[in-house]
Amino acid sequence: MEVVLYGIINSVILSLYALGFTLVYSISRLPNFAHGALYVTCGYLVFVITNNLGLPYPLAVVIGITATSAIGAVIYRFILIRIRGMEISEIIATYAVGLAILEGLRWGGLRGMTFVLPTFYPGSVILFDVSIDIQRLIIVAIGIMTFIGLYLFTHFSRIGLALRGIAQDERAAMMLGIDSDMTAVVSLAIGSGLAGFASILVLPLGNIVVEAGYTVLIFAIAVCIIGGLGSWGGAIIASFIIGFAQILTEKFLSSHFTMLVAVLAIIVTLLLKPSGLFGKQKELEERV
Amino acid sequence: MRRKERIDRGIKVRTEGIYAISSWREIVYLVGPRALLIIGLLSLPLVLVLAPYWKRVINIMCVYALLALSFDFLANYVGLVCLGGAFFIGVGGYFTAIFNVYLGLPFYLTIPLAGICGAIFCTVLLLPCLPLRGVYFAIVTLMYPLLATRVVEAFDILGGTNGITGVDSFPNAYLESYAIILLVLFFLFAMRRFVNQDIGLVLRGVKDNDQSVRASGINVTHMKALAVFVAAFVGCLGGAYLAHLYMWAGLSLFALDFSIIPIAAVVIGGGGTLVGAIIGTVILVPLSEFLRFFGTFRIVIYCAALTAFIVFKSEGLMVYAQRKYHQFERWAKV
Repeated sequence: MEVVLYGIINSVILSLYALGFTLVYSISRLPNFAHGALYVTCGYLVFVITNNLGLPYPLAVVIGITATSAIGAVIYRFILIRIRGMEISEIIATYAVGLAILEGLRWGGLRGMTFVLPTFYPGSVILFDVSIDIQRLIIVAIGIMTFIGLYLFTHFSRIGLALRGIAQDERAAMMLGIDSDMTAVVSLAIGSGLAGFASILVLPLGNIVVEAGYTVLIFAIAVCIIGGLGSWGGAIIASFIIGFAQILTEKFLSSHFTMLVAVLAIIVTLLLKPSGLFGKQKELEERV
Repeated sequence: MRRKERIDRGIKVRTEGIYAISSWREIVYLVGPRALLIIGLLSLPLVLVLAPYWKRVINIMCVYALLALSFDFLANYVGLVCLGGAFFIGVGGYFTAIFNVYLGLPFYLTIPLAGICGAIFCTVLLLPCLPLRGVYFAIVTLMYPLLATRVVEAFDILGGTNGITGVDSFPNAYLESYAIILLVLFFLFAMRRFVNQDIGLVLRGVKDNDQSVRASGINVTHMKALAVFVAAFVGCLGGAYLAHLYMWAGLSLFALDFSIIPIAAVVIGGGGTLVGAIIGTVILVPLSEFLRFFGTFRIVIYCAALTAFIVFKSEGLMVYAQRKYHQFERWAKV
């Protein structure tokens, strides 16, 4: 039972990591390698706002997520817009921005174990004879609500439909008057906001450390590759596969191997089914 | 309305085909820049004879130059962005340490052997993502250095977190400097020759239009694997040298610096020129020594410079310099 419960929690956390990345990639075909950096940035901002400025926690969360979204939009508006379509430059530029943010934070004092976000509700409950922090239950609940909310947003709101239109056929969408650059800004803002949102939910479980930026990026990418780059349903299923695989290795082997599991899963997927489990790109297009 | 017109200098047109060189001036025009680079690099250890610290910086700079060469080759001639140059360095370093410490081979055998074994090792590991287009290669290369650190720590192999100590150093300081400088110069010119041959054309075809390469009956994956082998070979040689220089192979060989500085150097120096990669490292690495005081803030500076160059001056210094050297510009009425 412990494996099942913690597997579900871990899977939801992984899909929260991946949601922002896969959203940006599926809509604008931009690999946002700064994703992990934005995740850490939001957590750190909220920490600074609550502890150094003394603002109440909910307000700090709102400011933090808004600021992270703004950073994402700025990255697109001032950097990516000029190099869009040049894949090599896109990768290098977003990676460089992410590194600059992460190492800048490290230099700015984000070191050690003193940076902790408060949990939403302290304590733990016994569920099926397994003790679970309430925070983890909240993560699962809010995570599922986020998936549903995002589904509703992309299927029933004007902006969401525009985003999907661009994702499906950019040229046709542009002929219908949907601005490609505008949707890219919006998608990057939402994707970064989701990264920040994930950090608010997940970071209370541990410390805010710079290394989390790299881990989050790698897990987000692993989930996206296995689910198929640009497929949301695939990403959620893939995060359940990796999530459970990780919990099992942690239980029966050692926690050192959790990252190895993700990478092995990527390699096996690339060898067997290169476009991912539910990849929208046809294998022939992606596989030369 | 005016526009800037660029015209090749007459001297360039004449020196393009070697047979047409008719004066000392043209020979100097042709040989000058190359000689400047070669003599400049070779004289560095002699100039810095009284500054052993800076000599060491030059050695490390040359390792970065090798990595930058391999990055430039992969990114701009084959279209594979390698975000994990540190992986090549680490693999080369560990291989050379194994050969030297456990098998007792001398350094002139361990470095080439580590280059070859490391290149095979890296190519095999990167093989799964080679049949694919897109961002896969970048992602997987980004993961490997981080993963390698975790694996070495988790299994506690190869000396674990302490690394493998007791690697032989070089017998004297001049050999130490000139070994790596000659290696850099050799690979600079060898690589340029390589990409200007037929196989280089095929590799550029893989970058620009892989379907046409495939239509010509050439296996794209084989070509990519070959390119990765060449790049990994150059990178692993750098790593092998570094292990002998530090007399130690450890986890810090997988450090982020080895991944990001070569990329920054190539972008600043000018991608696709190969020389630009070297020029970029010659600028960046000594600069980073001056900035040592700032600690990890250095990486922020590289990244900022990198992004600025990509966005505002994507051609890089070397392409700009070549244009100024070979062409003159004038305003022309439209």
